[in-house]
Amino acid sequence: MCLSIPSKVVKVSDDKMMCTVDTMGVQRDANLMMMDDEDVNIGDYVLLHIGFVMNKIDEEEALASIETYREILELMNEDERKRAILEDDECPARGA
Amino acid sequence: MSLELKNLYDDFRDGETIKAYAKIIAEDAKRLKTPLNIMEVCGGHTHTIMKFGLPQLMPENITFIHGPGCPVCIMPKERIDHAYVLAMQPDVILVTLGDMIKVPGSNGSLQDARAKGADVRFVYSPMECITIARENPDKKVIFFAIGFETTTPMTAVLVEQVIKLGIPNILFHINHVTVPEVMAELIDSRDVHIDSYNNQIDAFIGPSHVSVISGAKIYDKFPKEYGRPVVVSGFEPVDVMQGISMIVKQFVEDRCELEVQYKRVVNYEGNLKAQELIERYFEKMDLFRWRGLGNVPDSGLKLKDEFASLDAEVVYRDVLPIAEIEDHKLCICGDILRGMAKPPECTIFGTACKPTTPIGSCMVSSEGACAAYYKYGNLL
Ligand code: SF4
Repeated sequence: MCLSIPSKVVKVSDDKMMCTVDTMGVQRDANLMMMDDEDVNIGDYVLLHIGFVMNKIDEEEALASIETYREILELMNEDERKRAILEDDECPARGA
Repeated sequence: MSLELKNLYDDFRDGETIKAYAKIIAEDAKRLKTPLNIMEVCGGHTHTIMKFGLPQLMPENITFIHGPGCPVCIMPKERIDHAYVLAMQPDVILVTLGDMIKVPGSNGSLQDARAKGADVRFVYSPMECITIARENPDKKVIFFAIGFETTTPMTAVLVEQVIKLGIPNILFHINHVTVPEVMAELIDSRDVHIDSYNNQIDAFIGPSHVSVISGAKIYDKFPKEYGRPVVVSGFEPVDVMQGISMIVKQFVEDRCELEVQYKRVVNYEGNLKAQELIERYFEKMDLFRWRGLGNVPDSGLKLKDEFASLDAEVVYRDVLPIAEIEDHKLCICGDILRGMAKPPECTIFGTACKPTTPIGSCMVSSEGACAAYYKYGNLL
């Protein structure tokens, strides 16, 4: 019910009341009456809910989250590599 | 790196990242002094949690409590009866959002009303009412409005357009409810079974899209006055895992704060234009009766008196039933929402009560706890 879909703005009407968004290949119209006039422009990422743009998606924040996730995965991989080396060191069959 | 639409989907559902957070949570949870019950308030979160099997990824000392944030599930039967009665009036077209279609009232669902000849239409967006009204000038179009703060401003835009464009044949039946009041109720309420205050909820995962509109500010009092941390999180599984990790860290570090995980769309103030729209047309009702929970003060909205001529509850006052209708006595939805029981503990879960024949509120929509458990199997 409260789900909203991330979409990309491909067109804004002259009166700034409507826009067209692309949601992974599907295009549809969305109402802009909940947004301030200059807020939404072509190329922006927005959240779409029951036919309305409810807010813009902050690209920098989205990228910062994705960056955090990559770093966490890096760290985990690093940890696992270290553990694998240690286990290898302790292996009695080593060098046999 | 520049952001692609694909990233907004894939990166927040990535299995490896989910596993990485599971490890971090398990590690941090070893330092918890007491077990944690975390309530995800919103039904969208409940759905994600069950769909991605997140309870299985939690250490033993972390439990989810599934909250009341599904607007379809919490609709008491008497209000569904209102929709049914309105739909049955001559020359009325009842319009609502798709989620309402199967919800049974005491006479049946809106689907049943339609089978009996009523003109009931399910729309994707409230704005479609304008087209329907223009195409049917001799009929009254009644929009049965449901939803939390997420959906309320869209109804407000429709009210505004009806007034501005002078459309004479659209009325509203308002069932909008608000989140902070019911969260407070869940902490405050005296447990009916053991006559003590129920303090099962240690922390909240704050709803995603309610917060887009209202801003994180609406949760200020929970850490400050109630001693319950709130982390507003997005709907994707990585969002939820990161949100839980942030909550656990607060407990480990002895903090009690309001934090936002879902920073890509939620800020402290929210969408001010949407908030203005809500305030312009709506005011609080004294009480709203939540299905499964009972009366919650100040948790429902209605049209302001100056717009009473648009209010179907006023215009059709004489035909609308007023009696409250209780839930089935075996249904334990109230306990589930308070974190005192899990769906499988209900004696009719999966037998008499199923998504196709829901008996209680939590089985009504896929965002309800019982329906999510039913759909995604015996995960716990
Ligand atoms: S299974 Fe049905 S009757 Fe039982 S608690 Fe859930 S919704 Fe209520």
